[in-house]
Amino acid sequence: MNIYDFKNLTDSIHASLSVNLSPTAVTIIEFIIIASAFMILFTLLGLVLVYAERKIAAFFQLRLGPMRVGKWGIAQTAADAIKLILKEPLVTKNADKFLFNLAPFIIILSTFLALGAMPFAKGLHALDFDIGILYLTAVSSFGVIGILIAGWSSDNKYSLIGAMRSGAQVVSYELSVGLSLLTVVILAGSLQFSEIIASQETGWWIFRGHIPAMIAFIIFMIAGTAETGRGPFDLPEAESELTAGFHTEYSGLKFAFFFLAEFVNMFIIAGIGATVFLGGWMPFHIGNWEGFNKIMDFIPSLFWFFGKVAFLIFLMMWFKWTFPRLRIDQLLRLEWKYLLPINLVNILVMAFIVLMGWHF
Amino acid sequence: MKAIVKYIISIISALRTLIKGMAITGHYISHPKEIITQQYPENRETLKMFDMFRGEVVLTHNEDNEHMCTGCSACEVVCPNGTIEIISKRIEMPDGKKKKVIDKFVYHLSMCTFCNLCILSCPTDAIKMSQDFEHAVFDRSQLTKVLNKPGSKLMEGVR
Repeated sequence: MNIYDFKNLTDSIHASLSVNLSPTAVTIIEFIIIASAFMILFTLLGLVLVYAERKIAAFFQLRLGPMRVGKWGIAQTAADAIKLILKEPLVTKNADKFLFNLAPFIIILSTFLALGAMPFAKGLHALDFDIGILYLTAVSSFGVIGILIAGWSSDNKYSLIGAMRSGAQVVSYELSVGLSLLTVVILAGSLQFSEIIASQETGWWIFRGHIPAMIAFIIFMIAGTAETGRGPFDLPEAESELTAGFHTEYSGLKFAFFFLAEFVNMFIIAGIGATVFLGGWMPFHIGNWEGFNKIMDFIPSLFWFFGKVAFLIFLMMWFKWTFPRLRIDQLLRLEWKYLLPINLVNILVMAFIVLMGWHF
Repeated sequence: MKAIVKYIISIISALRTLIKGMAITGHYISHPKEIITQQYPENRETLKMFDMFRGEVVLTHNEDNEHMCTGCSACEVVCPNGTIEIISKRIEMPDGKKKKVIDKFVYHLSMCTFCNLCILSCPTDAIKMSQDFEHAVFDRSQLTKVLNKPGSKLMEGVR
Protein backbone atom coordinates (compact mmCIF):
# COMPACT_ATOMS: atom_id res chain seq x y z
CA MET A 1 0.00 0.00 0.00
CA ASN A 2 1.70 3.16 -1.17
CA ILE A 3 -1.33 5.43 -1.43
CA TYR A 4 -0.58 9.11 -0.86
CA ASP A 5 -1.52 10.01 2.73
CA PHE A 6 -3.09 13.47 3.06
CA LYS A 7 -1.82 13.46 6.65
CA ASN A 8 1.58 14.58 5.27
CA LEU A 9 -0.07 17.67 3.79
CA THR A 10 -2.11 18.55 6.89
CA ASP A 11 0.88 17.93 9.17
CA SER A 12 3.10 20.18 7.08
CA ILE A 13 0.46 22.94 7.18
CA HIS A 14 0.23 22.53 10.94
CA ALA A 15 4.02 22.62 11.34
CA SER A 16 4.44 25.71 9.17
CA LEU A 17 1.71 27.54 11.11
CA SER A 18 3.17 26.53 14.48
CA VAL A 19 6.57 28.10 13.70
CA ASN A 20 5.69 31.62 14.77
CA LEU A 21 2.13 31.49 16.11
CA SER A 22 0.71 30.54 19.50
CA PRO A 23 -1.20 27.20 19.69
CA THR A 24 -4.55 29.02 20.12
CA ALA A 25 -3.99 31.08 16.97
CA VAL A 26 -2.95 27.95 15.07
CA THR A 27 -6.16 26.19 16.14
CA ILE A 28 -8.31 29.15 15.14
CA ILE A 29 -6.60 29.47 11.75
CA GLU A 30 -6.99 25.75 11.12
CA PHE A 31 -10.68 25.98 12.01
CA ILE A 32 -11.09 28.79 9.51
CA ILE A 33 -9.24 26.86 6.79
CA ILE A 34 -11.38 23.75 7.34
CA ALA A 35 -14.62 25.75 7.52
CA SER A 36 -13.89 27.59 4.28
CA ALA A 37 -12.88 24.34 2.61
CA PHE A 38 -16.20 22.79 3.58
CA MET A 39 -18.15 25.86 2.45
CA ILE A 40 -16.45 25.75 -0.94
CA LEU A 41 -17.11 22.01 -1.17
CA PHE A 42 -20.75 22.58 -0.21
CA THR A 43 -21.36 25.16 -2.93
CA LEU A 44 -19.42 23.20 -5.52
CA LEU A 45 -21.35 20.04 -4.68
CA GLY A 46 -24.62 21.92 -4.98
CA LEU A 47 -23.73 23.39 -8.36
CA VAL A 48 -22.35 20.16 -9.80
CA LEU A 49 -25.10 17.91 -8.45
CA VAL A 50 -27.95 20.15 -9.64
CA TYR A 51 -26.42 20.24 -13.12
CA ALA A 52 -25.84 16.47 -13.07
CA GLU A 53 -29.38 15.83 -11.87
CA ARG A 54 -30.91 17.95 -14.62
CA LYS A 55 -28.73 16.44 -17.34
CA ILE A 56 -29.18 12.84 -16.22
CA ALA A 57 -32.92 13.29 -15.72
CA ALA A 58 -33.10 14.64 -19.25
CA PHE A 59 -31.18 11.72 -20.72
CA PHE A 60 -33.39 9.26 -18.86
CA GLN A 61 -36.40 10.87 -20.53
CA LEU A 62 -34.87 11.19 -24.02
CA ARG A 63 -34.42 14.94 -23.66
CA LEU A 64 -31.31 17.10 -23.80
CA GLY A 65 -31.69 19.12 -20.61
CA PRO A 66 -30.17 22.59 -20.18
CA MET A 67 -28.32 23.53 -23.38
CA ARG A 68 -28.40 27.32 -23.65
CA VAL A 69 -26.17 28.79 -20.90
CA GLY A 70 -22.66 27.96 -21.93
CA LYS A 71 -21.54 24.95 -23.92
CA TRP A 72 -23.90 22.08 -23.05
CA GLY A 73 -25.53 24.34 -20.44
CA ILE A 74 -22.57 24.12 -18.07
CA ALA A 75 -23.15 27.58 -16.56
CA GLN A 76 -26.88 26.91 -16.04
CA THR A 77 -26.69 26.21 -12.30
CA ALA A 78 -24.40 29.18 -11.69
CA ALA A 79 -26.94 31.39 -13.47
CA ASP A 80 -29.75 29.86 -11.37
CA ALA A 81 -27.79 30.51 -8.17
CA ILE A 82 -27.29 34.17 -9.11
CA LYS A 83 -30.99 34.45 -9.89
CA LEU A 84 -31.94 32.95 -6.52
CA ILE A 85 -29.58 35.27 -4.63
CA LEU A 86 -31.08 38.33 -6.33
CA LYS A 87 -34.68 37.32 -5.58
CA GLU A 88 -36.80 38.94 -2.89
CA PRO A 89 -37.04 36.94 0.36
CA LEU A 90 -40.80 36.86 0.90
CA VAL A 91 -42.40 36.00 4.25
CA THR A 92 -46.08 35.08 4.49
CA LYS A 93 -48.30 37.40 6.51
CA ASN A 94 -49.14 35.13 9.44
CA ALA A 95 -45.85 33.23 9.44
CA ASP A 96 -43.92 32.74 12.64
CA LYS A 97 -41.07 35.00 11.50
CA PHE A 98 -38.38 33.71 13.84
CA LEU A 99 -38.95 30.01 13.15
CA PHE A 100 -39.53 30.73 9.45
CA ASN A 101 -36.07 32.25 9.18
CA LEU A 102 -34.48 29.66 11.46
CA ALA A 103 -35.62 26.54 9.58
CA PRO A 104 -33.25 26.75 6.55
CA PHE A 105 -30.29 27.22 8.86
CA ILE A 106 -31.15 24.14 10.92
CA ILE A 107 -31.27 22.08 7.74
CA ILE A 108 -28.00 23.52 6.48
CA LEU A 109 -26.44 22.95 9.91
CA SER A 110 -27.35 19.27 9.93
CA THR A 111 -25.96 18.87 6.42
CA PHE A 112 -22.69 20.56 7.39
CA LEU A 113 -22.30 18.47 10.54
CA ALA A 114 -22.80 15.30 8.53
CA LEU A 115 -20.43 16.44 5.78
CA GLY A 116 -17.73 17.01 8.39
CA ALA A 117 -17.52 13.32 9.23
CA MET A 118 -16.99 12.19 5.62
CA PRO A 119 -13.66 10.42 4.98
CA PHE A 120 -12.76 11.93 1.61
CA ALA A 121 -9.34 10.34 1.15
CA LYS A 122 -6.56 8.74 3.10
CA GLY A 123 -5.86 11.19 5.92
CA LEU A 124 -8.37 13.75 4.57
CA HIS A 125 -10.94 13.46 7.31
CA ALA A 126 -12.12 16.39 9.42
CA LEU A 127 -13.95 14.57 12.25
CA ASP A 128 -12.88 10.98 12.92
CA PHE A 129 -14.95 10.08 15.99
CA ASP A 130 -14.79 6.58 17.43
CA ILE A 131 -18.63 6.60 17.17
CA GLY A 132 -18.56 7.91 13.59
CA ILE A 133 -21.59 6.02 12.24
CA LEU A 134 -23.71 6.81 15.29
CA TYR A 135 -22.77 10.49 14.98
CA LEU A 136 -23.55 10.58 11.26
CA THR A 137 -26.96 8.94 11.54
CA ALA A 138 -27.76 11.25 14.46
CA VAL A 139 -26.90 14.51 12.71
CA SER A 140 -28.32 13.52 9.35
CA SER A 141 -31.73 12.82 10.89
CA PHE A 142 -31.49 16.14 12.73
CA GLY A 143 -32.51 17.94 9.52
CA VAL A 144 -36.08 16.72 9.88
CA ILE A 145 -36.52 19.18 12.74
CA GLY A 146 -35.77 21.96 10.28
CA ILE A 147 -38.33 20.53 7.87
CA LEU A 148 -40.99 20.33 10.60
CA ILE A 149 -40.25 23.90 11.70
CA ALA A 150 -40.43 25.10 8.10
CA GLY A 151 -43.79 23.41 7.58
CA TRP A 152 -45.23 24.65 10.85
CA SER A 153 -44.04 28.24 10.67
CA SER A 154 -45.00 29.06 7.09
CA ASP A 155 -48.76 29.01 7.90
CA ASN A 156 -49.77 27.01 4.87
CA LYS A 157 -51.71 23.77 4.82
CA TYR A 158 -49.56 22.27 2.09
CA SER A 159 -46.39 23.05 4.00
CA LEU A 160 -47.77 21.50 7.17
CA ILE A 161 -48.93 18.30 5.46
CA GLY A 162 -45.59 18.02 3.68
CA ALA A 163 -43.69 18.50 6.92
CA MET A 164 -45.80 15.93 8.77
CA ARG A 165 -45.28 13.40 6.00
CA SER A 166 -41.59 14.10 6.07
CA GLY A 167 -41.50 13.53 9.82
CA ALA A 168 -43.27 10.17 9.53
CA GLN A 169 -41.00 9.18 6.66
CA VAL A 170 -37.67 10.07 8.23
CA VAL A 171 -38.56 8.55 11.61
CA SER A 172 -39.50 5.26 9.91
CA TYR A 173 -36.64 4.98 7.47
CA GLU A 174 -34.01 6.05 9.97
CA LEU A 175 -34.48 2.60 11.53
CA SER A 176 -33.66 0.78 8.31
CA VAL A 177 -30.62 2.95 7.62
CA GLY A 178 -29.30 2.34 11.12
CA LEU A 179 -29.90 -1.40 11.08
CA SER A 180 -28.39 -1.92 7.62
CA LEU A 181 -25.29 0.00 8.71
CA LEU A 182 -25.13 -2.12 11.89
CA THR A 183 -24.91 -5.21 9.70
CA VAL A 184 -21.55 -3.97 8.46
CA VAL A 185 -20.54 -2.72 11.89
CA ILE A 186 -20.81 -6.34 13.07
CA LEU A 187 -18.40 -7.34 10.31
CA ALA A 188 -15.97 -4.48 10.80
CA GLY A 189 -16.14 -4.54 14.58
CA SER A 190 -15.95 -0.77 14.84
CA LEU A 191 -18.10 2.34 14.53
CA GLN A 192 -15.15 4.51 13.53
CA PHE A 193 -14.99 5.37 9.84
CA SER A 194 -11.22 5.14 9.53
CA GLU A 195 -11.25 1.65 11.04
CA ILE A 196 -14.16 0.51 8.89
CA ILE A 197 -12.18 1.59 5.84
CA ALA A 198 -8.99 0.00 7.11
CA SER A 199 -10.84 -3.28 7.66
CA GLN A 200 -11.74 -3.32 3.95
CA GLU A 201 -8.15 -3.32 2.71
CA THR A 202 -8.38 -6.90 1.42
CA GLY A 203 -11.86 -6.51 -0.07
CA TRP A 204 -14.98 -4.44 0.19
CA TRP A 205 -17.62 -5.57 2.67
CA ILE A 206 -20.28 -5.89 0.00
CA PHE A 207 -18.25 -8.73 -1.57
CA ARG A 208 -16.80 -10.22 1.60
CA GLY A 209 -20.04 -10.31 3.57
CA HIS A 210 -21.82 -12.82 1.32
CA ILE A 211 -25.52 -12.29 0.55
CA PRO A 212 -26.46 -10.56 3.86
CA ALA A 213 -24.12 -7.68 3.03
CA MET A 214 -25.74 -7.27 -0.41
CA ILE A 215 -29.22 -7.31 1.13
CA ALA A 216 -28.05 -4.73 3.65
CA PHE A 217 -26.67 -2.61 0.79
CA ILE A 218 -29.95 -2.76 -1.15
CA ILE A 219 -31.93 -1.86 1.98
CA PHE A 220 -29.49 0.95 2.73
CA MET A 221 -29.94 2.40 -0.77
CA ILE A 222 -33.74 2.25 -0.54
CA ALA A 223 -33.91 3.68 2.97
CA GLY A 224 -31.21 6.24 2.25
CA THR A 225 -33.10 7.50 -0.80
CA ALA A 226 -36.20 7.76 1.39
CA GLU A 227 -34.30 9.64 4.06
CA THR A 228 -33.14 12.33 1.66
CA GLY A 229 -36.78 12.78 0.64
CA ARG A 230 -36.20 12.32 -3.07
CA GLY A 231 -36.63 9.70 -5.70
CA PRO A 232 -39.83 7.68 -5.48
CA PHE A 233 -40.12 8.82 -1.85
CA ASP A 234 -40.53 12.57 -2.44
CA LEU A 235 -43.82 12.69 -0.54
CA PRO A 236 -42.80 15.71 1.56
CA GLU A 237 -42.67 17.68 -1.68
CA ALA A 238 -45.10 15.79 -3.93
CA GLU A 239 -45.48 18.56 -6.53
CA SER A 240 -48.75 17.22 -7.85
CA GLU A 241 -50.42 17.14 -4.43
CA LEU A 242 -48.75 19.75 -2.23
CA THR A 243 -47.30 22.29 -4.72
CA ALA A 244 -43.84 22.08 -3.14
CA GLY A 245 -44.43 20.69 0.35
CA PHE A 246 -42.59 22.21 3.26
CA HIS A 247 -40.76 24.85 1.22
CA THR A 248 -43.83 26.17 -0.62
CA GLU A 249 -43.62 29.60 1.02
CA TYR A 250 -39.87 30.03 0.78
CA SER A 251 -38.19 32.12 -1.89
CA GLY A 252 -34.80 33.46 -2.81
CA LEU A 253 -31.79 32.41 -0.81
CA LYS A 254 -33.75 30.50 1.83
CA PHE A 255 -35.30 28.35 -0.87
CA ALA A 256 -31.82 27.82 -2.29
CA PHE A 257 -30.71 26.53 1.12
CA PHE A 258 -33.42 23.87 1.13
CA PHE A 259 -32.57 22.97 -2.42
CA LEU A 260 -28.84 22.73 -1.73
CA ALA A 261 -29.38 20.73 1.45
CA GLU A 262 -31.41 18.16 -0.47
CA PHE A 263 -28.62 17.61 -2.97
CA VAL A 264 -25.82 17.59 -0.39
CA ASN A 265 -27.85 15.12 1.69
CA MET A 266 -27.87 12.88 -1.35
CA PHE A 267 -24.08 13.19 -1.46
CA ILE A 268 -23.87 12.32 2.25
CA ILE A 269 -26.03 9.21 1.91
CA ALA A 270 -23.98 8.11 -1.10
CA GLY A 271 -20.81 8.87 0.85
CA ILE A 272 -21.88 6.71 3.81
CA GLY A 273 -22.86 3.93 1.43
CA ALA A 274 -19.55 4.14 -0.38
CA THR A 275 -17.57 4.20 2.87
CA VAL A 276 -19.36 1.39 4.65
CA PHE A 277 -20.15 -1.00 1.82
CA LEU A 278 -17.78 -0.11 -1.02
CA GLY A 279 -14.58 0.51 0.90
CA GLY A 280 -14.48 4.33 1.02
CA TRP A 281 -11.23 5.51 -0.55
CA MET A 282 -9.82 1.95 -0.67
CA PRO A 283 -8.82 0.93 -4.21
CA PHE A 284 -10.41 -2.11 -5.80
CA HIS A 285 -8.33 -5.17 -5.01
CA ILE A 286 -8.72 -8.76 -6.13
CA GLY A 287 -7.20 -11.45 -3.89
CA ASN A 288 -3.56 -12.05 -4.82
CA TRP A 289 -3.39 -10.40 -8.24
CA GLU A 290 -0.35 -8.34 -7.27
CA GLY A 291 0.03 -6.54 -10.61
CA PHE A 292 -3.64 -5.60 -10.84
CA ASN A 293 -3.68 -4.37 -7.25
CA LYS A 294 -0.56 -2.23 -7.87
CA ILE A 295 -2.21 -0.56 -10.88
CA MET A 296 -5.32 0.14 -8.82
CA ASP A 297 -3.14 1.71 -6.09
CA PHE A 298 -1.88 4.30 -8.60
CA ILE A 299 -5.33 5.91 -8.81
CA PRO A 300 -5.44 8.51 -6.00
CA SER A 301 -7.70 7.71 -3.05
CA LEU A 302 -9.65 10.96 -3.58
CA PHE A 303 -10.73 9.71 -7.02
CA TRP A 304 -11.75 6.35 -5.64
CA PHE A 305 -14.01 7.97 -3.04
CA PHE A 306 -15.61 10.43 -5.43
CA GLY A 307 -15.97 7.80 -8.13
CA LYS A 308 -17.88 5.47 -5.82
CA VAL A 309 -20.02 8.34 -4.57
CA ALA A 310 -20.76 9.39 -8.14
CA PHE A 311 -21.81 5.83 -8.96
CA LEU A 312 -24.18 5.68 -5.98
CA ILE A 313 -25.60 9.12 -6.78
CA PHE A 314 -26.21 7.98 -10.34
CA LEU A 315 -28.02 4.94 -8.94
CA MET A 316 -30.24 7.19 -6.79
CA MET A 317 -31.01 9.39 -9.80
CA TRP A 318 -31.84 6.26 -11.76
CA PHE A 319 -34.34 5.31 -9.04
CA LYS A 320 -35.85 8.76 -9.06
CA TRP A 321 -36.40 8.96 -12.79
CA THR A 322 -37.73 5.42 -13.15
CA PHE A 323 -40.07 4.63 -10.28
CA PRO A 324 -43.45 6.25 -9.65
CA ARG A 325 -44.03 8.00 -6.34
CA LEU A 326 -45.40 5.90 -3.48
CA ARG A 327 -48.55 6.80 -1.58
CA ILE A 328 -48.08 7.58 2.13
CA ASP A 329 -49.63 4.29 3.30
CA GLN A 330 -47.56 2.33 0.77
CA LEU A 331 -44.47 4.15 1.99
CA LEU A 332 -45.05 3.20 5.61
CA ARG A 333 -46.03 -0.36 4.69
CA LEU A 334 -42.80 -0.80 2.72
CA GLU A 335 -40.81 0.21 5.76
CA TRP A 336 -42.64 -1.54 8.61
CA LYS A 337 -43.79 -4.71 6.84
CA TYR A 338 -40.90 -5.32 4.46
CA LEU A 339 -37.63 -3.51 5.10
CA LEU A 340 -37.62 -3.73 8.89
CA PRO A 341 -38.38 -7.49 9.25
CA ILE A 342 -35.95 -8.35 6.44
CA ASN A 343 -33.34 -6.18 8.11
CA LEU A 344 -33.77 -7.80 11.51
CA VAL A 345 -33.47 -11.31 10.06
CA ASN A 346 -30.52 -10.15 7.98
CA ILE A 347 -28.66 -8.75 10.96
CA LEU A 348 -29.17 -12.05 12.83
CA VAL A 349 -27.84 -14.04 9.87
CA MET A 350 -24.86 -11.72 9.62
CA ALA A 351 -24.13 -12.03 13.32
CA PHE A 352 -24.22 -15.81 12.97
CA ILE A 353 -21.85 -15.70 9.97
CA VAL A 354 -19.40 -13.51 11.86
CA LEU A 355 -19.68 -15.75 14.92
CA MET A 356 -18.82 -18.84 12.88
CA GLY A 357 -16.10 -16.96 10.98
CA TRP A 358 -17.60 -17.80 7.56
CA HIS A 359 -16.94 -14.42 5.98
CA PHE A 360 -13.78 -13.88 3.93
CA MET B 1 -46.50 -21.06 5.99
CA LYS B 2 -48.63 -20.09 3.02
CA ALA B 3 -48.44 -16.47 4.12
CA ILE B 4 -44.65 -16.57 4.29
CA VAL B 5 -44.39 -17.99 0.77
CA LYS B 6 -46.76 -15.30 -0.46
CA TYR B 7 -44.65 -12.65 1.31
CA ILE B 8 -41.43 -13.84 -0.31
CA ILE B 9 -43.06 -14.12 -3.75
CA SER B 10 -44.38 -10.56 -3.42
CA ILE B 11 -40.86 -9.29 -2.68
CA ILE B 12 -39.34 -11.15 -5.61
CA SER B 13 -42.01 -10.01 -8.07
CA ALA B 14 -41.67 -6.42 -6.82
CA LEU B 15 -37.90 -6.51 -7.38
CA ARG B 16 -38.42 -8.04 -10.82
CA THR B 17 -40.75 -5.26 -11.95
CA LEU B 18 -38.44 -2.59 -10.50
CA ILE B 19 -35.50 -4.01 -12.44
CA LYS B 20 -37.68 -4.15 -15.56
CA GLY B 21 -38.42 -0.44 -15.19
CA MET B 22 -34.77 0.35 -14.62
CA ALA B 23 -33.85 -1.62 -17.74
CA ILE B 24 -36.14 0.61 -19.82
CA THR B 25 -34.67 3.86 -18.51
CA GLY B 26 -31.22 2.30 -18.71
CA HIS B 27 -31.85 1.69 -22.40
CA TYR B 28 -32.83 5.34 -22.83
CA ILE B 29 -29.72 6.74 -21.14
CA SER B 30 -27.40 4.42 -23.05
CA HIS B 31 -28.87 5.37 -26.45
CA PRO B 32 -28.32 9.14 -26.82
CA LYS B 33 -29.14 8.89 -30.55
CA GLU B 34 -32.82 8.40 -29.68
CA ILE B 35 -33.11 11.84 -28.05
CA ILE B 36 -36.13 13.62 -29.49
CA THR B 37 -35.42 17.20 -28.41
CA GLN B 38 -35.06 19.68 -31.30
CA GLN B 39 -32.66 22.59 -30.89
CA TYR B 40 -35.12 24.86 -32.68
CA PRO B 41 -33.59 28.21 -33.61
CA GLU B 42 -30.22 26.60 -34.37
CA ASN B 43 -31.59 23.85 -36.61
CA ARG B 44 -34.11 26.09 -38.35
CA GLU B 45 -32.66 25.30 -41.79
CA THR B 46 -32.84 21.53 -41.36
CA LEU B 47 -35.90 21.22 -39.13
CA LYS B 48 -38.52 18.96 -40.66
CA MET B 49 -41.92 18.78 -38.99
CA PHE B 50 -43.74 15.47 -38.97
CA ASP B 51 -46.38 14.79 -41.62
CA MET B 52 -49.43 15.04 -39.38
CA PHE B 53 -48.44 18.47 -38.06
CA ARG B 54 -51.08 21.18 -38.73
CA GLY B 55 -49.39 24.49 -39.38
CA GLU B 56 -51.83 26.51 -41.51
CA VAL B 57 -54.31 25.95 -44.34
CA VAL B 58 -52.86 26.38 -47.84
CA LEU B 59 -54.46 26.13 -51.26
CA THR B 60 -52.21 24.00 -53.44
CA HIS B 61 -51.22 25.39 -56.83
CA ASN B 62 -49.41 23.58 -59.61
CA GLU B 63 -46.68 25.01 -61.88
CA ASP B 64 -49.22 26.55 -64.27
CA ASN B 65 -50.74 28.53 -61.38
CA GLU B 66 -53.84 26.38 -61.33
CA HIS B 67 -55.67 25.29 -58.21
CA MET B 68 -58.40 22.73 -57.61
CA CYS B 69 -60.91 24.80 -55.64
CA THR B 70 -64.34 24.79 -57.27
CA GLY B 71 -65.79 27.29 -54.84
CA CYS B 72 -68.32 24.82 -53.42
CA SER B 73 -67.82 26.47 -49.95
CA ALA B 74 -68.09 23.14 -48.12
CA CYS B 75 -65.13 24.22 -46.01
CA GLU B 76 -66.75 27.56 -45.22
CA VAL B 77 -69.90 25.81 -44.02
CA VAL B 78 -68.11 23.24 -41.92
CA CYS B 79 -65.69 25.63 -40.23
CA PRO B 80 -66.74 26.09 -36.59
CA ASN B 81 -65.13 29.51 -36.20
CA GLY B 82 -65.89 31.22 -39.50
CA THR B 83 -62.23 31.11 -40.40
CA ILE B 84 -62.77 30.64 -44.12
CA GLU B 85 -64.67 33.03 -46.38
CA ILE B 86 -65.08 32.16 -50.04
CA ILE B 87 -65.95 35.06 -52.33
CA SER B 88 -67.03 33.68 -55.66
CA LYS B 89 -67.91 35.25 -59.01
CA ARG B 90 -69.63 34.12 -62.17
CA ILE B 91 -67.67 34.14 -65.38
CA GLU B 92 -68.82 33.45 -68.94
CA MET B 93 -67.19 30.49 -70.60
CA PRO B 94 -66.23 30.60 -74.31
CA ASP B 95 -69.20 28.37 -75.15
CA GLY B 96 -71.61 30.87 -73.60
CA LYS B 97 -72.27 28.99 -70.36
CA LYS B 98 -71.92 30.80 -67.04
CA LYS B 99 -69.72 29.21 -64.40
CA LYS B 100 -69.07 29.91 -60.71
CA VAL B 101 -65.38 30.29 -59.82
CA ILE B 102 -63.64 31.64 -56.73
CA ASP B 103 -62.61 35.23 -56.64
CA LYS B 104 -60.95 35.20 -53.23
CA PHE B 105 -60.29 32.34 -50.79
CA VAL B 106 -60.01 34.36 -47.56
CA TYR B 107 -58.44 32.59 -44.58
CA HIS B 108 -58.37 34.19 -41.12
CA LEU B 109 -55.42 32.48 -39.43
CA SER B 110 -56.13 34.38 -36.22
CA MET B 111 -59.41 32.51 -35.76
CA CYS B 112 -58.28 29.05 -36.87
CA THR B 113 -58.08 26.25 -34.28
CA PHE B 114 -56.42 23.79 -36.72
CA CYS B 115 -59.24 21.28 -36.28
CA ASN B 116 -58.69 19.92 -39.81
CA LEU B 117 -62.44 19.79 -40.61
CA CYS B 118 -62.08 21.92 -43.77
CA ILE B 119 -59.40 19.61 -45.16
CA LEU B 120 -61.57 16.55 -44.46
CA SER B 121 -64.66 18.13 -46.04
CA CYS B 122 -63.03 19.33 -49.25
CA PRO B 123 -64.39 17.17 -52.11
CA THR B 124 -61.50 17.95 -54.48
CA ASP B 125 -58.61 17.93 -51.98
CA ALA B 126 -57.76 21.46 -52.99
CA ILE B 127 -56.62 22.60 -49.54
CA LYS B 128 -54.19 20.99 -47.12
CA MET B 129 -52.32 21.76 -43.91
CA SER B 130 -48.78 23.00 -44.37
CA GLN B 131 -45.96 22.33 -41.92
CA ASP B 132 -45.04 26.00 -41.50
CA PHE B 133 -45.51 27.11 -37.88
CA GLU B 134 -43.77 30.49 -37.74
CA HIS B 135 -46.90 32.65 -37.75
CA ALA B 136 -45.73 35.58 -35.62
CA VAL B 137 -46.47 38.97 -37.23
CA PHE B 138 -46.57 42.52 -35.94
CA ASP B 139 -50.14 43.32 -36.97
CA ARG B 140 -53.30 41.26 -36.70
CA SER B 141 -54.46 42.25 -40.17
CA GLN B 142 -51.53 40.33 -41.65
CA LEU B 143 -53.12 37.12 -40.37
CA THR B 144 -55.99 37.50 -42.84
CA LYS B 145 -54.68 35.81 -45.95
CA VAL B 146 -55.95 35.37 -49.50
CA LEU B 147 -54.98 31.83 -50.40
CA ASN B 148 -55.52 31.80 -54.15
CA LYS B 149 -52.61 33.38 -55.96
CA PRO B 150 -53.35 36.34 -58.24
CA GLY B 151 -54.25 35.22 -61.76
CA SER B 152 -54.72 31.60 -60.78
CA LYS B 153 -57.53 29.62 -62.30
CA LEU B 154 -59.31 26.32 -61.83
CA MET B 155 -57.45 23.27 -63.02
CA GLU B 156 -58.90 21.58 -66.13
CA GLY B 157 -61.18 18.65 -65.41
CA VAL B 158 -61.88 19.45 -61.79
CA ARG B 159 -65.56 19.84 -61.11
